[in-house]
Amino acid sequence: MSLLDILAHQLLNGLVLGSFYALVALGYTMIFGVIKLLNFAHGDLYMVGGFIGFIVLSAISSVVGGGWFGIFIAMLLSMLAVGFLGVVIERIAYHPMLSAPRLSILITALAVSLVLQNTALALTNGQYTAFRSDLGFGGITLGGLFITYNQMVLVAAAAVLMIALEFFVTHTQYGRAMRAVAVDADMCELLGINVAAVIGVTFFIGSALAAAAGTMAGAYYGSLWYFMGFLIGLKAFTAAVIGGIGSIPGAMLGGLVLGLLEALGTQIPGIGSEWKDVFSFAVLILVLVFKPTGLLGRSEQERM
Amino acid sequence: MSSDATPPVLKLHGVSAGYGRIRALHGIDLEVRRGQIVTLLGANGAGKTTALKTISALVRASAGSVLFEGRDITGLRASEIARLGLVHVPEGRHILRGLSVRENLELGAFTVRDPAVRQERMREVFGLFPVLDHRQHQDGSLLSGGEQQMLAIGRALMQGPKMLLLDEPSMGLAPKLVLDTMRIVKRLNQAGTTILLVEQNARLALRLADYGYVLESGEIRMQGPAAALRADRSIVQAYLGE
Repeated sequence: MSLLDILAHQLLNGLVLGSFYALVALGYTMIFGVIKLLNFAHGDLYMVGGFIGFIVLSAISSVVGGGWFGIFIAMLLSMLAVGFLGVVIERIAYHPMLSAPRLSILITALAVSLVLQNTALALTNGQYTAFRSDLGFGGITLGGLFITYNQMVLVAAAAVLMIALEFFVTHTQYGRAMRAVAVDADMCELLGINVAAVIGVTFFIGSALAAAAGTMAGAYYGSLWYFMGFLIGLKAFTAAVIGGIGSIPGAMLGGLVLGLLEALGTQIPGIGSEWKDVFSFAVLILVLVFKPTGLLGRSEQERM
Repeated sequence: MSSDATPPVLKLHGVSAGYGRIRALHGIDLEVRRGQIVTLLGANGAGKTTALKTISALVRASAGSVLFEGRDITGLRASEIARLGLVHVPEGRHILRGLSVRENLELGAFTVRDPAVRQERMREVFGLFPVLDHRQHQDGSLLSGGEQQMLAIGRALMQGPKMLLLDEPSMGLAPKLVLDTMRIVKRLNQAGTTILLVEQNARLALRLADYGYVLESGEIRMQGPAAALRADRSIVQAYLGE
């Protein structure tokens, strides 16, 4: 393989990885937007989403098959279930803490993360679960680059979800309200907007996106683990900060940028794939040093 | 002044409120009748803004009750009160940053399900403030101070208010814009909207208003028809700067 082919191949890997990061980062950034909470349990919802998708697929694969159609159904049901789980978590764990000091709610989020992880640990005995599906290995060759259909479907699915989200936040009243609550919740109440309901919708959508990523990643990589949400949670947080925390386009961009940087970073001589996490967190530190508001973030300024 | 026979649209009875341990209002009584402009005067820190925030439930009343159209609204959520048509335009305008002028207006009509009604109201607002029409796709927070005030009032009108609580609408505006803003307030009132106005510029407020209250350290010190307050030497000295 020529160097160019290797680069193209890594770009593709980065795109796939970046799609997962972006989907998880979106929830991170949306939830941060409306309640200013770094929801450390968000990565674990990705894990729960993977497991629920797997359970649903196991139950329905005899009817609809284990190909992309079956995975699509499993993904939708998983999104629905995890969306509601997110809403319930917000109601039970975060809502009562909204007027408490910020640190209390942050610690609550860590606790929720531990509960989710340990529940999954108990249910799986800490073993890896094989996510069996009937995805083939077919694909097309473009020059020296082989692109699997799976990669294409996955990136396309992530893109469709992100476009749908973008439409929602710019063209619907609830979407506008979500952006507005992120800026000024009190003003939203004065406009007759039930802020608690908007927060609920935000948790639903953010959690559902994490579940979509979890199901797709499970099917794509072929295995699930109770701890799989931890690292992607950190990476998604990194992606959200790189893009500018609170910014929805920022989370999409940050996720893709991080995925691409990681994939390409492994090609730099001296930085093997075992260094890829070091590489992404180094990028985070650089962004924080040179552009603390992130690529698309705004600084907090208000004109009077 | 309308007669005392008409029941008040808004009535505060012994309302106290504060922030944490600090009490900013000490049992105030206040009434606004339908179609009136009532102004609330007082020095900085007298509790004017707190009074409006307590009415709209941004601040919880620790004692007393607030009645709107005869209904006790103490304890309702701010969004529920707004939906009743009691609309608060807060100090500092609070334009939603990152949302366009049009989106700010659309959110004013958040509770209006019928898009035809939303369109109709937006046409009315654009008729009143043509500059908002021209700038409808700009980020609302990048407008000038005067334009932001128009947007804040326009957004309140999108809510279909029966009564407006206006907190310092002329703050930070150039003298000409202050007069423009007051003319708008007058016009809204003539169109049938009841108004409770908090205003730093007491002279202007008393010229516009039917009735006035003077707050001092969280208590009502004085009240009366605007003309009488204007003629009162002690008020002139304390708040009109002469």
